[in-house]
Amino acid sequence: MSRGPVSFALRLLFIAALLAAWEWAVFYFQTPAYIVPAPSSIAYAMYNGIVTNLYVSHIGATISETLLGFVVGCALAFMLGTVVALSRTVEYYLYPIIIMFQAMPKVALVPLILVWFGLGLTSKVISAALVAFFPLMVNTIVGLHSADEDRVNLMRSLSATRWQIFRMLQLPNAMPYIFAGLEIAMIFALIGAIVAELISSERGLGMLMQSMSFTMDVAGQFSILFILSVLGLILNGLVTFVRRKVLFWDTSRDADANEQSSTKGEVF
Amino acid sequence: MNAQAEMRQPAPGAVISVRGLSLKYGRGAAGVLALSNISFSMAEGEFIAVVGPSGCGKSTLLKILAGLLPQSEGDAELNGIPITGPRRDIGVVFQAPVLFPWRSVLGNVMLPVDVQGLDHDKMKQRALDLINLVGLNGFEQRYPRELSGGMQQRVGIVRALIHDPAILLMDEPFGALDAMTRESMNVELQRIWMERRKTVLFITHSTVEAVFLADRVIVLTPRPGKIGDEFSVDLPRPRKLSIMNTESFGTYVRRVRAALNPGGGGMD
Repeated sequence: MSRGPVSFALRLLFIAALLAAWEWAVFYFQTPAYIVPAPSSIAYAMYNGIVTNLYVSHIGATISETLLGFVVGCALAFMLGTVVALSRTVEYYLYPIIIMFQAMPKVALVPLILVWFGLGLTSKVISAALVAFFPLMVNTIVGLHSADEDRVNLMRSLSATRWQIFRMLQLPNAMPYIFAGLEIAMIFALIGAIVAELISSERGLGMLMQSMSFTMDVAGQFSILFILSVLGLILNGLVTFVRRKVLFWDTSRDADANEQSSTKGEVF
Repeated sequence: MNAQAEMRQPAPGAVISVRGLSLKYGRGAAGVLALSNISFSMAEGEFIAVVGPSGCGKSTLLKILAGLLPQSEGDAELNGIPITGPRRDIGVVFQAPVLFPWRSVLGNVMLPVDVQGLDHDKMKQRALDLINLVGLNGFEQRYPRELSGGMQQRVGIVRALIHDPAILLMDEPFGALDAMTRESMNVELQRIWMERRKTVLFITHSTVEAVFLADRVIVLTPRPGKIGDEFSVDLPRPRKLSIMNTESFGTYVRRVRAALNPGGGGMD
């Protein structure tokens, strides 16, 4: 990562070169704007959208759907994951159902959700929650199960109750797994919200994208793609920010040197 | 049980008494006998070292005494009461330091206080005193990852002392340290023991460490683990590392070695 200002400049130069090549290719091959627009026309569409205040309300809608879905989906995933991790009986009965649902592409359920919950906010939130649910639930289960046997024995030797073992050992121990799940869940929630908007919606970036598709405003669609990836980065950064605060003790991701394997080499 | 109760009076002053203890992993013919017919008792304030090679069942013995593992046969009593589960008057030090990375040094030392709901303010002063005793003053707010292996193990020892247990069970606590750190830890442990006068059962695979530390050495021979020899070490305390060069020290070490290698040891 830290390679100095020269390589950072080279990196920017590389991106600029790619954009220039794209611009030139569109001009040279006379590609129609409704197939692939030039970067300059995408930037112009973006500028137009901003000055006409086109995006703001749609971005707001997509963000609120994503965040609400994230919170609802993650809360349920954490609760169910905890129950499954702590109770063998619950695990035994729920496991086949969980496996079935996990194998199913969740976005395929979105049309049904729209039928059941309408075109408004509720259906988008449910869709986002559903897609965000599984990565966090799986990580919660794995994380809670990952407590080191020596540490469990230590807690037991102190006459700790089951609740204390959960609260003082299993839960903090699971936090790195849970945060990894949360990072995925955030991006997945955005996917869930966008898919629901694309299929049928009154508001949101997905809906805007769909309406631009009908008018063959391809440059506009590209501008939304750009907004979406910035949005994804910001939402992901939000979780990473909280993780750094909470998991100050977890060095496994910064240095990639966790207790089991300290010789995995550089990640970057 | 009733008929035998009178015969099984523990030796007067015995803190721990073990009679005819056996442990079998698995059932039937496929079961493995880990411990066979172990009997010994520990007087109050006594330092006993159990020495034996890997796989002789010494850790298993410690787990039974810590109440983490039920024995298959025989009796294990603490102050005349059968050990049926973890007890608060026992402190355990494990092979690895087994620290919680999300707790500071002070937080790790205070873990037994949190688990057992002891007076936090009173125990905090005690924790700071003990941290001082092992020379970790100034490191109270550091996290385990910032400490060396020897420092981490000292935190583990202090944690076992914090709730002032009468008995300390130590399972190869210095096994993972380099030879030089290990020797200085032995001197330090002797000092702590002489200051605090706990009853200590110290498990090790080092003959030298066993003779250096113990009032009495129990030699366990493997497959199945049974007592091969047992003798008192009459060397004056405090013992210095230089005592290892004396003739009488060498005699004790040879005695352990003879019990571990009845055939003389070696191939030549």
